[in-house]
Amino acid sequence: MNTNLTVNGRPHALDLDTRVTLLDALRDQLKLTGSKKGCDHGQCGACTVLVNGQRINACLSLAVMHDGDEITTVEGLSSDGRSPLQAAFVRHDGMQCGYCTPGQLCSATAVLDEIARGWPSHVSADLEGPVELTREELAERMSGNICRCSCYPGISKAILSVAEDGTVHREAAE
Amino acid sequence: MSVGKPLPHDTAPLHVTGAARYVDDIPAPANTLHLAFGLSTVARGVLNGVDLTKVRAAPGVVAVMCADDLPFANDVSPSIHDEPLLATDRVHFVGQPVFLVVATSHLAARKAARLATFDITEETPILTVDEALAADSRFEDGPVIWSKGAAADAIARAPHRVEGTMEVGGQEHFYLEGQAALALPQDGGEMVVHSSTQHPTEIQHKVAEALGLPMHAVRVEMRRMGGGFGGKESQGNALAVACSVAARATGRPCRMRYDRDDDMVITGKRHDLRIDYRAGFDDLGRLTGVDFRHLMRCGWSQDLSLPVADRAMLHADNAYLLDHVRIESHRLKTNTCSATAFRGFGGPQGMVGIERVMDHVAHALGLDPLKVRRANYYTDMAEDATEGGPSAPPQRSLGSSPPPEDISGKKKEADLTSRGGPDELNRVVVAEASGQTTPYGMAVTDFILNAMTERLADQSDYAARRAKVADWNATQPVLKRGIALTPVKFGISFTLTHLNQAGALVHVYQDGSVQVNHGGTEMGQGLYQKVAQVAAQAFGVGMEVVKVTATDTSKVPNTSATAASSGSDLNGMAVKIACDTIRDRIAACLAELHQVAPDTVVFAGGEVTVGGDTISFARAAQLTYESRVSLSATGYYKTPGLAWDRKRGQGRPFFYFAHGAACTEVVIDTLTGEYRILRTDILHDVGESLNPALDIGQIEGGYVQGAGWLTTEELVWDDRGRLRTHAPSTYKIPACGDRPEVFNVALWDGANREETIYRSKAVGEPPFMLGISALMALSDAVAACGPGYPALDAPATPERVLAAVDRVRRG
Ligand code: FES
Ligand code: FES
Repeated sequence: MNTNLTVNGRPHALDLDTRVTLLDALRDQLKLTGSKKGCDHGQCGACTVLVNGQRINACLSLAVMHDGDEITTVEGLSSDGRSPLQAAFVRHDGMQCGYCTPGQLCSATAVLDEIARGWPSHVSADLEGPVELTREELAERMSGNICRCSCYPGISKAILSVAEDGTVHREAAE
Repeated sequence: MSVGKPLPHDTAPLHVTGAARYVDDIPAPANTLHLAFGLSTVARGVLNGVDLTKVRAAPGVVAVMCADDLPFANDVSPSIHDEPLLATDRVHFVGQPVFLVVATSHLAARKAARLATFDITEETPILTVDEALAADSRFEDGPVIWSKGAAADAIARAPHRVEGTMEVGGQEHFYLEGQAALALPQDGGEMVVHSSTQHPTEIQHKVAEALGLPMHAVRVEMRRMGGGFGGKESQGNALAVACSVAARATGRPCRMRYDRDDDMVITGKRHDLRIDYRAGFDDLGRLTGVDFRHLMRCGWSQDLSLPVADRAMLHADNAYLLDHVRIESHRLKTNTCSATAFRGFGGPQGMVGIERVMDHVAHALGLDPLKVRRANYYTDMAEDATEGGPSAPPQRSLGSSPPPEDISGKKKEADLTSRGGPDELNRVVVAEASGQTTPYGMAVTDFILNAMTERLADQSDYAARRAKVADWNATQPVLKRGIALTPVKFGISFTLTHLNQAGALVHVYQDGSVQVNHGGTEMGQGLYQKVAQVAAQAFGVGMEVVKVTATDTSKVPNTSATAASSGSDLNGMAVKIACDTIRDRIAACLAELHQVAPDTVVFAGGEVTVGGDTISFARAAQLTYESRVSLSATGYYKTPGLAWDRKRGQGRPFFYFAHGAACTEVVIDTLTGEYRILRTDILHDVGESLNPALDIGQIEGGYVQGAGWLTTEELVWDDRGRLRTHAPSTYKIPACGDRPEVFNVALWDGANREETIYRSKAVGEPPFMLGISALMALSDAVAACGPGYPALDAPATPERVLAAVDRVRRG
């Protein structure tokens, strides 16, 4: 089936079996192997990508459902690999083996956006007011991204440091 | 100075952009084939045959292979050749590979693998500890027994006694990157294999055997793993061998990765066990005698179970001086996946037993468990002790040792570089050690836990918080809190002595850049970065000058697994030795040109100073090259001072001990059994840290993984031997919110008294056992609910905590 995907800003016209997941289309057809396959069942978060700015588990979604969508993978989070979150993950060493890192980054990018838009979660204290990125809020929102190396302290520090900076600005060179 | 700096992982910039390649990300030629195993659905039975007609006819299938189709060895065991790649006449567990499908896509192979019809005569499987004991189903002839003093007597004469049983669950590694391999056929039948493995030499050996080739015809490369934790020490053999034989048969590249659920069903896990204990003690809680019985479920094949069970015995004392102790270890053979290495390699299982005893003793006496622990500690080393330990030097026995027994009846080479390999090489005469000794007769000369505990108790405000917890529990009916501070003393070295060696290969190029290769593998622990720091330090150059390349069996041969926390100790030393050799050559060359003494040449800040001149390191390399002096060297290191007689359980198996202590506070909900970790304080001993940032990461990660093992990670098999928890949906791995709410980690500031690489200490495994404090804190909270002893089994899931609350209330 013909499917048009815009991935990291580049349009791709693909002819796909209807049963191919978005993750497999990215990894196998487009050779974007940054998105990882940790479980293939929506349980680990390693495959998290952004679809029209919102995060999904790419292993749980069929590629043909995304005709016309804008997909962002870890490779497309910034042009130079130095988005504030990427730089913060390096600075706070929010990784060991690094296998969960692409998913964590895509997820965290969306979390910051959700917070900015004031979308509450089920642990938010106030459903009406602006959402504050507390420890609970972050734990809840990042709970779908397993890190078996348990780098949660570094990952959390990295995300909170960017959230606290508020505005998006370039990190100093490492 | 690069050593000691808190640098992030070397490839962090690649990880955050998705550019860091793992085995399954390596681009393969377009004609690459994909593999899947057909798995036994029966736990035990006679394999009469398999109807593969539908499998062969399935779309995309190129070949199907059974045991009979294998050209040479049908063996992926790291020990006694009892583990065929593909089942022959019997099946031994649900998930055992029976046949191999080779197809044009991963999905096609997997789909086809499900189309077989098995003809298996089912037998009643041996699944539990009790069933295995009843059937006397075990490895080795009988239990291994080590003792010191006269435990039974001492317990009988003691003023007080406790006894009990503790069930301790296994653990799934869940390395986030599943097992994977890629085999690329070469000219003349040779093979290049990319394997997600902690042990490239083992892969090389098994592939060579399976292809009927000498080892020189197989090259294994490993750049990085997405986590290993011991689960890639031997469990990758099957995939690498399968890819290689399929690549040989088809002449095409072959790749394989397990689907996650298959991975969890097929591969081995941490050994679960039952610990029976009896202890005698005085009014202060000092143990006068203790007796342990370890009943370990090893699964269907031996794999690395013997050394794992040994290490459990070697840590049955943890931090405590035991004068009268007996440890009996049963290695039971069951129709389940073959339990294997997992961070700590049995050490955690042994340690949790004695910590349970301490907890039980304190409860019986109504004492603070920390008091009881401290009353039993070994004595700290003297302040000025800087020399190596006084343990006896090893002496080779002159008597000729018999060759390793060939169990399989077929001629196969022994796996010399495997921890499951034969230990006949290690016949040693062990001299009696003096002073305080472990149950296995090793002098404890570097103990520091008294001082560490003192400081941690102070920093974590243990006494005041313990009082607060008691006040809270006295007034609160529903939520109960608990606090515990537990120590870790972990022995560093492979217990199979000959594995304690490492090699390195270092090149300096004419532009002054440095390439380093060593036998260790990178799985996230930061080994490559630490080794690069060592090399940069040796040449006095910046980190950007040094590149560590993928582990490769053609660069450094005969490597040991990156395991036993030994990675930086062994490989760091080997690299330093190689670098020092080249540096000395450069110094000698420049010294001659300048007519000065070589030891006046100084390497620092990317420059070399000689006879008043300062030139760049690159210029120094050029001059050395032009003088026709080699800028390439190997390095070789072996750990000194080891002498271990496994049969008698006597000697010095470890070079030194690494220490740590953790204080954990929890709160439990007595209505549901749910709990949270409120705060954890850790003080850990890494000697002089090579890299504090990486070390703290290992400590934090180790603690969370250790706490996960003992709290939420529960493996459940049904009565037909099927693993029912084969995905993270049913197997609870700690997530972001499960880490302690307050988490303070500090490094102890003492150097290793042994001459390790820059006086650092190994850090991979020891922090895992800090997680025991979480279990003991839960026990403390449950104990606040009533008069009885909680006797918590592990993992202490909310269900188990709730049941324990109920038990305790009933007294
Ligand atoms: S691979 Fe998609 S959630 Fe695990
Ligand atoms: S860094 Fe290894 S899984 Fe997160």
